[in-house]
Amino acid sequence: MDLTTIWFIAIAVLFTGYFVLEGFDFGVGMLLPVLAKSDRERRLAINTIGPVWDGNETWVITAGGAMFAAFPVWYSSLFSGFYLLLFLILLALIVRGVAFEYRGKGKGEEWKVAWDRAITICSYTAAFLWGVVTANLVFGVELNAEHYFTGSVLDLVNFYSLLGGITFVLLFAAHGASFLALKTAGEFSAKAHALSWKLALATAVPAAVWLIWTQVHSGSTLSGVLIGLTVVSLLASIGSNLAGKDGWAFTFTAATIGFAGFGLFSALWPNVLPSTVDPAYSLTHESAAATSYTLTIMTWAAVIFLPVVLLYQGWTYWVFRKRLKLDDIPA
Amino acid sequence: MDVLDVARLQFGVTTVYHFLFVPITIGLSMVVALLQTMWRVTGRDAYLRATKFWGHLFLVTLAMGIVTGIVQEFQFGMNWSAYSRFVGDIFGAPLAFEALLAFFLEATFAGIWIFGWDKLKPSLHLACIWLVAFGTAISAYFILAANAFMQNPVGFKFNETSGRAELTDFWAILTNPVALSAFPHTLFASWLTAGMIVIGVSAWHFRRGNDLDVHRPAMRLGVLTSVVAGIGLVVSGDALGKVMTSTQPMKMAAAEALYETTSSAPFSVLSIGNLSGSHGTPIIEIPGLLSYLATGRFGAEVQGINDLQAQYSAQFGPGDYTPYVPLTYWSFRAMIGFGMLAVIIALFVWWRTRKGAMPQSRWFWLIAVWSIALPFVANSTGWIFTEMGRQPWVVFSLMLTEDGVSPTVSEAEVWTSFIGFTLVYAILAVVCYKIFAKYARKGPPDAESAKASASGPDDGDSEKPMAFAY
Repeated sequence: MDLTTIWFIAIAVLFTGYFVLEGFDFGVGMLLPVLAKSDRERRLAINTIGPVWDGNETWVITAGGAMFAAFPVWYSSLFSGFYLLLFLILLALIVRGVAFEYRGKGKGEEWKVAWDRAITICSYTAAFLWGVVTANLVFGVELNAEHYFTGSVLDLVNFYSLLGGITFVLLFAAHGASFLALKTAGEFSAKAHALSWKLALATAVPAAVWLIWTQVHSGSTLSGVLIGLTVVSLLASIGSNLAGKDGWAFTFTAATIGFAGFGLFSALWPNVLPSTVDPAYSLTHESAAATSYTLTIMTWAAVIFLPVVLLYQGWTYWVFRKRLKLDDIPA
Repeated sequence: MDVLDVARLQFGVTTVYHFLFVPITIGLSMVVALLQTMWRVTGRDAYLRATKFWGHLFLVTLAMGIVTGIVQEFQFGMNWSAYSRFVGDIFGAPLAFEALLAFFLEATFAGIWIFGWDKLKPSLHLACIWLVAFGTAISAYFILAANAFMQNPVGFKFNETSGRAELTDFWAILTNPVALSAFPHTLFASWLTAGMIVIGVSAWHFRRGNDLDVHRPAMRLGVLTSVVAGIGLVVSGDALGKVMTSTQPMKMAAAEALYETTSSAPFSVLSIGNLSGSHGTPIIEIPGLLSYLATGRFGAEVQGINDLQAQYSAQFGPGDYTPYVPLTYWSFRAMIGFGMLAVIIALFVWWRTRKGAMPQSRWFWLIAVWSIALPFVANSTGWIFTEMGRQPWVVFSLMLTEDGVSPTVSEAEVWTSFIGFTLVYAILAVVCYKIFAKYARKGPPDAESAKASASGPDDGDSEKPMAFAY
């Protein structure tokens, strides 16, 4: 396998990893108004992701940095092309990150309620827009001969990309519910447990339409298999939930996002950003890539350090493995 | 204003804003790690309380540094896509290294440290904050290595076919002399920032006689940090100045508004008058100092703006290769002046409070508290000098700033993001300041609650609440 292929896979892994990890903490944010009625319940929910959300978010910074280094033209076309979408995602991530830290540090109930609302709105916004971005990325956009996006932001909003956004929102919500069911105890866990399979079922419809559309439009055998596995995982998550296996239900919502992510990236391959104007204008993993010297250095860095990162990030989840109870939340 | 101007304005505003928080993160993580280490070594409650207190204030600012940092990375592609293509082969790698080696370390271990007081053995928990401090420092190194390429491009060749700069020697990128002197300079500036914050907040409590057992050792640590940082800043700044003179002589000439090439060039501390075309009138001038700062010899010749402009026009074609001199001149002085003033005040505070002395003057305490602002001004003006002194280049001698901007992003889009970021940042600045001030005034927790929440791992299934929760 040549280096540009390896790095295409690496970028797919980083973005998919980001969606799997931040997916559930977006989900937790989205479900606050549904599952957590009192301040104590909201604190319970937020504290399940407290120690890990920042580490999860680092995946997208690494994905962006890796894309910049390994595929400068991809990074340049994607980020300048999807300008306003990314701007809104950034605003959502800024306000959301600060909200976790500041919600408990002001005065009075209203302050907390306002920040909690911000967490919810920003979680929806970011999840939805990442879906829109991913959909446009896979489907292709109006790229000119220099591989620059020449359309307007309205061209990025269409039925297909909205379907992507809705799928991301529902899937992350289902993922968040299965996470909360697993990470909390007592009545709260039961509420999350009862909601989780319903959200997974609701995800199935838009996800199926969107992914089959993708498969028909630009799919390969590999993407077909991966999309098939996405559906199987989603069903397995529902089954595990109904069988009362919270651990497996969460594993399968994570797998659903994982398979969907890999399926979408393999549908994109060998392009990295297709042009809807002329296939000759499409960016490919080869035309977008950095030199093999840069890619070699990056490969060594990833081979040495990524396992270390995975080890210590995995260790965090081990340290905080205990289910949280309402009684654990200090007064 | 066109797309270029607004994009530059946005980059300037978001970067200076981001760098208000970066030095706090780098400096305070080390202060907290030192306090916690002192607690582990001495077992004294006061150090634990100080750790908790400063740890809390550290977290208030950490959040801001992290969220504003994501903008920085995305901005290169969003607003500077032509630049990103031109140098991505080189510039992207240190950014990716920063994320992989530093950000993961920082974010993950910060999470464990915050929430892990009662989950980890004390020694392991202490290791976590040191890893955070280490992560913040190496993150500074990688981003400065990337920035150094813009000041002094090394380790690359220009590829005629692809029309871009391509990496030939990664080691040269990592050992760029600009990076090697800018890195310690930035670390020391961060320590000075943290040191002055510790002095200022402790002084506020000193004046009121609150928890002196906690604030006195903290203030001593703040003074020590500031003074060590002050010495380090002078030494590293001197080295950086000499590197700058050899790599970007125009920046050094613009720092002094030196138009004519001069031997034994003087350094004007302050001046009045017009700096944009002719000489200003220096108020205080130190003979030979500029020559010394630039080369290490008082008698040496320093190239002036006019000669350099002529030289660059011949080399790169007609054009204006002079940065905006009033800004470089004054930002250079503000950086040095406010930084030095901070160190002097740190020494002054130490002198007046040594051996348990307690000054009664209201002014003394007001100065100590408000001096917190000094390193921030120095940090901001330092970066403004560094980046404005690089103009009109985005990568010195290779690419003009105007050629780096995204060609297809519209003016409306850039205005939208500029106004959006500025508004949100302004609101968050107020919120962050108020929360920081509130917790700074509240003071440390009492010994009982500090110890209760630092009791190490549970033995079994105890029902006690989380040691830290949002």
